[in-house]
Amino acid sequence: MIPYAAASEMQRALVEERRAGRVPDLLLLVEHPHVITLGVKVEAARSHLLATPEVLAARHVEVHESGRGGDITYHGPGQIVGYPIMDLRPDRCDVHRYVRDLEEVMIRTAADFGLQGGRIQGLTGAWVGADKLGAIGVRISRWITSHGFAFNVSTDLDFFNLIVPCGIPSGGVTSLARALGRLVHRDEAEASIVRHFGEVFDRNVIEGAAVGGGAGSD
Amino acid sequence: MAKQVVMPQMGESVAEGTIVRWLKKVGDPVERDEPLFEISTDKVDAEIPSPSAGVLSEIKVKEGETVPINTVVGVVNETAEGTVKSKPEAVSAPDAARVAPIAPVAPTAPIAPIAPIEPVAPVAPVAPVAPSRPWSAAEARSLRLSPVVRKIAREHHIDVRNIAGTGGGGRVTKNDILAYLEAGAPVVALQAPGAAAPQAPATGAVPSAPLLAPNPLAVAGLDQGKYERTPMSVMRRKIAEHMVMSKRISSHVHSAFEIDFTKVDEIRKAKKQDYEKAGGKLTYMSFITKACADALKKVPIVNTSVDGTDIIYKKDINIGVAVALDWGLIVPVVKNVDSMSLLEISKSIADLAARAREKKLKPEDVQGGTFSITNPGVFGALFGMPIISQPQVAILGVGAIEKRPVVVDDAIGIRLRAYMVLGYDHRIIDGAVADEFMQVVKKGIENWDPAQV
Repeated sequence: MIPYAAASEMQRALVEERRAGRVPDLLLLVEHPHVITLGVKVEAARSHLLATPEVLAARHVEVHESGRGGDITYHGPGQIVGYPIMDLRPDRCDVHRYVRDLEEVMIRTAADFGLQGGRIQGLTGAWVGADKLGAIGVRISRWITSHGFAFNVSTDLDFFNLIVPCGIPSGGVTSLARALGRLVHRDEAEASIVRHFGEVFDRNVIEGAAVGGGAGSD
Repeated sequence: MAKQVVMPQMGESVAEGTIVRWLKKVGDPVERDEPLFEISTDKVDAEIPSPSAGVLSEIKVKEGETVPINTVVGVVNETAEGTVKSKPEAVSAPDAARVAPIAPVAPTAPIAPIAPIEPVAPVAPVAPVAPSRPWSAAEARSLRLSPVVRKIAREHHIDVRNIAGTGGGGRVTKNDILAYLEAGAPVVALQAPGAAAPQAPATGAVPSAPLLAPNPLAVAGLDQGKYERTPMSVMRRKIAEHMVMSKRISSHVHSAFEIDFTKVDEIRKAKKQDYEKAGGKLTYMSFITKACADALKKVPIVNTSVDGTDIIYKKDINIGVAVALDWGLIVPVVKNVDSMSLLEISKSIADLAARAREKKLKPEDVQGGTFSITNPGVFGALFGMPIISQPQVAILGVGAIEKRPVVVDDAIGIRLRAYMVLGYDHRIIDGAVADEFMQVVKKGIENWDPAQV
């Protein structure tokens, strides 16, 4: 478990390292304690925060502004949060393509578990039916990526009731566990994500000796 | 020369973008490739660099506005110097780096970034501040170590982050670490944390080495401009000095207990509104503070200070409760806890915490503590290994209170549990005594008498 602020700080440092060419493309896979994060349009995002500060405190949920794209979201235990730190130059300089690729990784991962996932026009993310399985919020700084995606494995979906996820009131949220009706081991889902990430981004992913889960690519 | 800045096309199918933030004001100087504004499109936030060096002379599209690609959003007046400086192919340098990753990455590299966070958690009293410690680029780099370097570092208890690496990408090489050893660093590193100042506490003075010593290695091998030097705030410095001092004075040992809060939680839910009506806030911390007061009464050695070879038993039980602030950490003290009801304790904690946040604490509010409680759990820590607040001899760290599956009567049940860690001064408190103290706390919390609320 890595606190959100620490992970943000880590990403900031790694983006600089990546820019300087001192590290290869990286994919960090982490899990956060309960946290609600607001995208760059902070005011809009804040209006989608439904819970009072007291409720948040009682449930040990922090709130952070995040500097990523997107509106508001929740991260917490049981969710795989992926932070690719990649240089999209020279051949992948297309933000839409990047976002669609992240969706593709999550959709293929869902398929590994027998779930038919898909896209909904205009609503970024990986969806199962009308429920969102994986969310996306990205920051790109001179084509170096940070932030990324959040994939619900066995997330306690109750916590999404504290917010209007991504500012979309109509859509529900789901997890692998909810959609399948059985428990899914985090490691299994992580392995699947790593594999598909490698395929979709055409990278040879070298897995690290897991301390908290994570992998380098290239 | 005026250079127009346009909304860039960030992808084939991207037709427009929203300016979310200008990072420069009109009149600000800007370097070529320095981030100039941020745009947002389809869940992506992107920082757009300036196309040239100069001065931002005009902003044509305001924050919050959405415009089609290639719309002129601002103007940069190029300076002569800037024009000369700007390289025609600024992109090529990072591209060259793409070659590097072909070499197999040491398997530890991608993972290393996750490791450094762990050592932060133990220092519970600082925990609220510590996680925000900038995780510097140099650290990320220096953690790519060869097995030999790892072995030397382990054997000599060296924090490799203190070493300036000269290897590829700033990596710490075997020669670097050997040079570091030769420079005399291990003398400090090998000292047991508590051993440095066994005789000092009598006077309260600290041994010759300053608490916060200059560390030339911090910037060794770094060019000016590759780092930024910021003085610590007064509060930060005081916390830093106190932590080092405490580690030198007391021989810290920690003992962890898992404690069940299910019953307390039921009581809390049942009585919460009554308490609110009475102006109190029935938090877990109120229960824990009360349980500690009872335990301090039963095991009085925990409620002492050490003066030279004497033990000073304190007659009052005053418990400091750490409050995390945006700007640091403060430990206001609830006085004479043993004579207070749970309601009074809850009111007192709420009052002190509120005044701490409003910067309205009086000096006496933070003085006179005889024992402390800190709460790394609120930041998600399973448990912390807290450092004693001097001149006390023990501190309790409360981990995350959460539902866990546990065996209850040979079945798996859901119980609300937390790890609580007692940090204590082994000079005067033995393990058995510390555990006795914790047993009283545990029994108090797990078998709370609802009539006592």
